[in-house]
This record gives sequence, structure tokens and C-alpha cells, in this order.
Amino acid sequence: MKLSRFSTFAGVALAGALALSACGSDQAVDPEGGGAAAKGADCVDGGGTLSGAGASSQENGMAAWVAAYTGACEGTTVNYDAVGSGAGRSQFTDGSVAFAGSDSSLDEDETKAATERCGSEVVNLPAYISPIAVAFNLDGVDKLNLKPDVIAQIFDQKITKWNDEKIAADNPDADLPDTEIVPVNRSDESGTTENFVSYLSEAAGDSWKHEVSGDWPVKGGEAAQGSSGVVSAIEGGTGTIGYVDASHAKDLGTVAVGAGEEFVEYSPEAAAKIVDASPAREANTENDHAIELDYKTDEAGAYPIVLVSYEVACMEYEEQSDADLVKSFLGYVISEEGQKVSADEAGSAPISDALREKIQGSLDKIKAGA
Amino acid sequence: MTTTDPSTTAREPQGKRRLGDLLFAGSAKGSGILILLILAGVAAFLIGQSFDSLSANTANFFTTKEWDANTRDAPAFGVAALAFGTVLAAATALVIATPIAVGIALFIVYYAPRRLASILGYVVDLLAAIPSVVYGLWGIGWLVKQLGPFYTSLEQYLGWIPMFAGPVSTTGRTMLSASIVLAVMILPIITAMSRDVFQQVPQAHREASLALGATRWEMIRMAVIPFGRPGIIGGAMLGLGRALGETMAVAMILSPQLVISWMVLQSGNQTIAAHIALQYPEATGYGVSALISAGLVLFAITLVVNMGARFIVARRKEFA
Amino acid sequence: MTTTTKGSATEMPGDGPPPSQKSLLTGSLPRYAAPALLAATAALAAGVLLAFGALGIAQFAVFTVIAYAVVISIASRVVENRRQATDRLVTTIVYACFGLAMVPLVSLLWTVLSEGLARLDLYFLTVSMNGVTPSMDAGGVYHAIVGTIAITGLAAVISIPIGLLTSIYLVEYGQGRLKQAITFFVDVMTGIPSIVAGLFVVALWMMIFGPGKTNGAAGAIALSVLMIPVVVRSCEEMLRLVPNELREASYALGVPKWLTVVKVVLPTAIAGITTGVMLALARVIGETAPLILTAGSSAVAINWNLFNGQMMSLPVFIYSQVRMGGAINYERAWAAALALIVVVMLLFFLARLVSRFFAPNLSR
Repeated sequence: MKLSRFSTFAGVALAGALALSACGSDQAVDPEGGGAAAKGADCVDGGGTLSGAGASSQENGMAAWVAAYTGACEGTTVNYDAVGSGAGRSQFTDGSVAFAGSDSSLDEDETKAATERCGSEVVNLPAYISPIAVAFNLDGVDKLNLKPDVIAQIFDQKITKWNDEKIAADNPDADLPDTEIVPVNRSDESGTTENFVSYLSEAAGDSWKHEVSGDWPVKGGEAAQGSSGVVSAIEGGTGTIGYVDASHAKDLGTVAVGAGEEFVEYSPEAAAKIVDASPAREANTENDHAIELDYKTDEAGAYPIVLVSYEVACMEYEEQSDADLVKSFLGYVISEEGQKVSADEAGSAPISDALREKIQGSLDKIKAGA
Repeated sequence: MTTTDPSTTAREPQGKRRLGDLLFAGSAKGSGILILLILAGVAAFLIGQSFDSLSANTANFFTTKEWDANTRDAPAFGVAALAFGTVLAAATALVIATPIAVGIALFIVYYAPRRLASILGYVVDLLAAIPSVVYGLWGIGWLVKQLGPFYTSLEQYLGWIPMFAGPVSTTGRTMLSASIVLAVMILPIITAMSRDVFQQVPQAHREASLALGATRWEMIRMAVIPFGRPGIIGGAMLGLGRALGETMAVAMILSPQLVISWMVLQSGNQTIAAHIALQYPEATGYGVSALISAGLVLFAITLVVNMGARFIVARRKEFA
Repeated sequence: MTTTTKGSATEMPGDGPPPSQKSLLTGSLPRYAAPALLAATAALAAGVLLAFGALGIAQFAVFTVIAYAVVISIASRVVENRRQATDRLVTTIVYACFGLAMVPLVSLLWTVLSEGLARLDLYFLTVSMNGVTPSMDAGGVYHAIVGTIAITGLAAVISIPIGLLTSIYLVEYGQGRLKQAITFFVDVMTGIPSIVAGLFVVALWMMIFGPGKTNGAAGAIALSVLMIPVVVRSCEEMLRLVPNELREASYALGVPKWLTVVKVVLPTAIAGITTGVMLALARVIGETAPLILTAGSSAVAINWNLFNGQMMSLPVFIYSQVRMGGAINYERAWAAALALIVVVMLLFFLARLVSRFFAPNLSR
């Protein structure tokens, strides 16, 4: 008796749960409206499923691209798992995803392993450029000019007061208070940190002696998780300064960075310029477009602190459908419209036409293996 | 507690074993053994996967503070700072939570009206089940904003105590904030344990002391606390175990640095669990394996604490 | 888990309002003294703080409590005696402890409720985040609810049989070394930090499938490691409560032991076992850290397949929204937190109902 009463009870509970679970949908937004559908997409006939994985820096941009692309191409599904650059690269090498997003290009060992997987050339395509803003929260000041070595000394906690003469020298008009400087860094391992630190070590010369890695090397100061965490730490404190992906820095004071003789505000165009002005990586093969960022560039109006995130792909795939989908999707990603979508949604900097042409050249040659 | 152990008192029917019996007993025994295998597996896999990075580590794992493991080329990492931060956070939380938890337990058992007490007991159990990520969200979304000014005045008046030395973090995301949230999280655990032992204090002890003219406090001090002390300690140790392993709340609140610092009002320190959660997604090279080694250390620390707790609680049972 | 022994808690002389203990030798404060003094100190605190221009709820409460503690102990010292004064002081402290603990708990529930209700509606509960770009004011938690149901469901399917059978072994069959070892190691297992359970599965998956593989099943296994010991513990307690007379009666009728367990012992204890299982579920349903490591934190679409691809769950959803950090993300996080708390409370409530309606009428 007890058991039957019990099973009635369990049955009712189960039925309730099932009823609840039957009414959800994946259509959070109406695919017809909102202009999500991409006009510039060159769809693959018959559709299919494309999987990618990798950098979380591209997560927002990817969300925009995937939404627009799949909105335009019926029957096509694109999955991008933002598992992190490292995991993305190893999944790519395993062959479990068709392309990877990565905050750094493949190194020698990884290239070797990936080439084995592809059975052909493996390419790094710089499709996502995100300026890194140096943002601060200081009463009464919303613009600052800082030279690279001053930025380095601030983040290295060698300059500890806002009214330090080294800061004042470049900012004659600013009313700098006698406040402690509190540098804020990322607490999680990130490509943003890695790029910012490599900028400092290249551009600041002797003022920055720490090693380059995805982890923040200096002790002291504040730390917070993710760009959003850094922003809220900057906003929450006083006299704080930190580096964040530019799309997050909207409401904060930002630093115009000294490059060459001038001070450059971050902007998409200025960030795209540094990428164009930088030389290609020496190890590049014909279709590979990895770049060595030239942080000390003299190019006028180039904003030197950027995060360049790559799409890693094979030049040959086993399956024809994989090759077609990669070609079509990445083609949309780098297209003018694709870059505009991610600029609007994720605050990235659109790549230049010259770079687009180069990448498109490589994409055109992607094919299915014999 | 008047529970009997049926396996010793109830004689099972003698005679030939039936197939059903064999199967059932076998599967029951099998499940028990499976648990042992799972635990052995946990230990074996963790050790196996950590071996990779530990043998490549170029620094002393136990004395190094830095964490430079995301490379294939001469990684150098250690858990010194992490282990210190883990213990400091949990110990601070314990110091905050234990007296308050004992107070609440006393309130529920000896001070509150009975009807209210039973509701409170239920509420305390419920609070123990609120997910830690919600505590973290509350901590970052509400608590740290309230604590900022409080820290400033704390430093102003108590700054001469080394632990409270400035400069105070202006964001409020300090070790003390993390510890306060941990304290709130383990409060229900310690309260529940203490309440249980307080309710088991023999009525005769309490009535005897009251009959001798003791005030309520004297009754608690002389009859309740001595009886309940092992239970309180056991509860505190269980709380400590939970605080040591707590991940999300710390990861969301603390502004971490890999340093060893007693200054709970400044940003700094980091716990093992939060470090793993923050570093794991972008870990490359020896990174994942190194994080597993850190997890192994955390496992060892919690193991020691939990064993201690069990030992203390078990001793009470023997002498009670 | 905790056991509540009701018997000794009922007729306690110390219960309720403090008994007036008239002493023949010393005077005693009248009954109205305590509330009157409290009101007086509260007024005084408000006055003083107002004069200094520092009136805030926190300051007011702290000041009042301290002032009251001082005043009542002095008054009691003068009128009554030292022992009564200590007693009144401790009473104040105990009440203050309780009040202090209520502050974070009430604020937690209040913040989640007030922030969460803004967004928690039918739309939010029934759509996923598929195709939602960061600038859109859209999207919901359906995929996370699906993931939570699937992952905890699988964890329950794994843990309940293992846990229940083990507890049956411990209570009905076990003896000697093996029983001791299992009891001991179940205790050890209870103390495994959740992130270590996650790492275990990461290590396991790395050996079997290579690095970087995440799916729902991995999450479920990590949760099982956390859930099994809780199930064993609570089931064991419940099975022990079944009176031996029932077993003996069954044996006397010639029923084999396994049928005795299945037909007599388990039905008697079913209510307690169900309660225990539900509490264990409530505990693991909110686990975040192991799921981030094993089931991933970036799935946006509905995924019912435990063995393929990342799977979102409610706690991870909260965490990943906070990580993104926009205003809209925080709104989603609060709403998801509210949904999660409601689910946990529902499980608790069900557990209560089960234990109330199906509890066997044995000893009480």
C-alpha cells in the first residue's frame, strides 16, 4: 500500500517534470526579424554541421557570427565551444573540431602535430582583432597620455602616486590628485594579459623585465576575473587602472598610448593599423598569415596594444562538407559584413581590406583531400 | 540513540542459500566494493595525471609561490602561496562562524519559543543547501559594496593590529570578504551539528544544575557546553572542510595574488580551489596537469581535516 | 546529515521566556525592565548617532546592542547579583548572535528575490541563449534547466542504486574488515572537495578520450562522486531505524533474506530514503565548480545529449553570465539564481512532504 501510494506520488512528480520540459525552444530570438540574417554569407548547398572550439575572447564575436550565418544559411549549424585557446588547439589537433579559435598562433610543436592531423598545411588566420584599452578611474580626469615606459612603471608599481611627475610631464592640463595608484590585473589566465604583457616587454624596454605569459607577473595590486571583473574592480575603487578588452571600457577614462612621437587613442581603425604595419611571422608558409606584432611601430595613428585572435584551420579536409563549411563560414567571418557584425556586437576592430584579401586567398585554396 | 545493528542481533534464516539471496547479497557487496574502487580511482587518476607535470617542474612544488605552468618548456610552479591562502581563508571563516553558530544553536535550543525553534531548525537546514554560486553572486553583487566603507574604518581604528594594516583595498574584494562569505556558508553546518548535540544533553544534567539554583547561563556553561564540546568541535571541523574546498564564492569575490600575506584587508592570497577554477579554462602545456597536482594537495588537506573531525566526533560517542 | 532527536527537546525547563527566579536574599529586576531598558538604549543610540550625524541602520544596531548589554548588566549587578548579571549579559549575546546571523541570510534571500524577479518570466524559462548576441535583450535559461535535469538525473541514476545497495550491505550484510573499510572510506568520500571531484573526471577523461573533451556525462560522473556518500549515509541511517522485530517476523515466516529486505525493510524505510535522496539531490544540483571543468561553460543551445558536446546547467549559467559582466548578464544571473533557489526549496519541500505523508507509524 505504501509503495503504491509512493509510486503515484513519484508518477505525478515525473509527469510534472516532463510537462515542464516539453515546452522550451531554441528560438530565443525571431530569426526573421532583427536583421540577424547575413546577406554576405556564401552558403553551402545542403547545409551541415561545423564545429569549432577555442578562445573565449572570441566568444561574443563568434556568437554574433554564428547567429548571422546560421540565420542566413538554412540547414547549417555552427557550434563554437569557448573552451579556451589551449583546449581548442588540442581539440583541433585531435581532429574533434574542424577549426580552432586561438589567442596565439600555433607554435612549432603544435604546428607539427596539427599538420599530421590535417595531412596538409595548417594555417593561422588573424580574423579577430580586439584593441586592449588601458582604463582608469580617477576623479576629474577622463583622458591621460602615457608613454609605454610610464605604463610599465605604473603596472610594475614603481610609480605609486597619480601626481608623479612622470605622469604629469605628459599631461600638463590634467589635474592629477595625490592618490595611490591601484593597478588592476586579470586573475584568470588570459590572452588579454599575454598580449598586454608582451606589449610592455617590447615597447617599454628596461622598465618591464617580467617574463611574458598569460599570467600576470607582478605581485600586489588588485586582480579580478575576466574583462568585466576588471572593469567592475576599476569602477569600484578609486585611483584604479587596468587593462581590458576595449569593448568593456565604454564608461571609463582611457589612456592614449604613446606610440612613436604621438599619443594614440584606441579605436578600431587605429588597432587595425598596427596589424597591417606588423610583419608576417617568419615561420609562415605560403597560406599561413600569423603575424609578429610590432609594438614599437612608427606607423602614424596605430594603436599598439591589441589582442589578435586566430582561426586555425587545415588547408585540406578529409570530408568535402567540412572543407566547404569551413570555407564558407570563415569566408563570412572575414567578410566586410562579418567584421562589421562582430565590431558592433563585441567591439572588435575590423580587419583591413589588404588583410582580408590575403586571408581570402588562403580560404579559396581549402579543399577536400584525395 | 537506540539503534541496533541487525546484522549482529537478528539471526538470518539458516539453511541452503537461495539464488536470489546470493545475487542480492552479491550486488550489495559489489556496490560497497565499487565505492572503494571509485575512491581508489580518484586518488590514482589524480596522482597519475599530476605526475606528468611534477616530474617536469623545475621549481620546488611545495615551497614555490609562483605559478608558471602553461608551457611545455621548463614549467616552474608551486602551491606554497595557494595552500597558505586556502588555510587562511578557511581558518578566518571558522573563527568568525563558530562563536556565532554556537550562539544560534543555543538560541534555537534554549532561548527561542519552541514553535519558532522548529521553524528555525528547518531554515538552517535549508540555508546549508543554497548553492555556493548564489552566495558568490550575492557576495560580489551586494556584500563587497557594503564592506568597503567598513574596512576603511576598521583600518582607521584597528590598523595597529598587523592583520588589519592598510592600505585598504578600495574595492572590498579582499581575503576578509571572501572569509565572511565562507563564514556565512558554513554557519548552517556548524549550527546544525551543535544544535544536535545540545538537544542530546541528558535532561537530568540540566535539571540537576537548575535545581541547585544555577542561572540559565550557568546551566549551559556547566552542563551543556562540556557535554557538547566534542560535537561543536566536530561541527567546526566539518565546516572547515567545506570552507577549504569551496570554490565559486572565493573565485568570484577575491582579488587574488600569489603571495603569502596576513593582511586580510588588502587584496592578496588565493585559494587552491579558486585558482583551479580560474586557471583551468585557458590552461595549456603542463597547465592542466599542474592544476591536478594542486587539487591533490587540496584533497590531502581536506582529508586530514575531515579525519580529525571524525576522530573527535567518534571519541565523544565512546565516552558519552 | 543531521539527525534531530525530538524526544529530549520537548519538555525543557529552559524553554520559552526566562523563568522568573525569585531569590529570597536579593531583589530582582521587574519583568518589564528588559524591554524598557532596550527601548531606552535604542532611543539613546538614535539620539547620539543623530547628534554625530552618523545614523545608519548598522551603526544604530551595533550601538544599541552594546549599550543595552552594558546597561542591563550594570542594572542587574546593582539590583540582583553578579551571577544574574552574567546570565543577562549572555542572553543578550545569544540574541545578538542570532540577529547578526539573520542579517546576511535575510539580505541574501531579499537580494536574490528582488533582483531576480525582474527577469524571471515564462519567456526566460522557456527559451535558450541560442543565437542571442551580447547586445540583445533576449535569451533565457531553458537550455540550462535541460542540462541541470539531464546531468543531475544521470547522477541520480548512477548514485542511488550504488548508494542504496551499499547502505543495504552495511546494515544487513556487512561484517568485519570490509564493512569497516567501506564505512571509513564513505566518510572520506564525504569530504572530497567538489572541485577535486571535477578534476578526477578531467583526469579520467584525459586518459580515455584525450584532453579537452567536455560533455554532460562527465559532469554527471563528477556529481555522482559527490552524491554517493551522502546517499549511503542517509539511507544507512534510515535502514537502521527499521525495527528488528519486522525482520524477525519475516524470517519466522520463512521468507528469504533478500525478499525480507526488498519487501519488508525497504518499504518501511522508503519515506526516509526518499527524503535522504532528495536532500542529496538538492545538494548536488547547485554544484558549479565540477561542472565548469567537466561539462563546459559556454553551451548556448538546448542539448539533451549527455554524451556529445558541452552542456549548460543553472549554476554554471549564473557563473558564466557573471563572467561576461554586462548589466543584462547580471539580470540573467540573478533570475537564474532565483530559479535555482526555487528548485532547491522545492526539493526540500517535497522531501518534507514525503517524510510527513509516508513516514511509517512505528515508534511515535
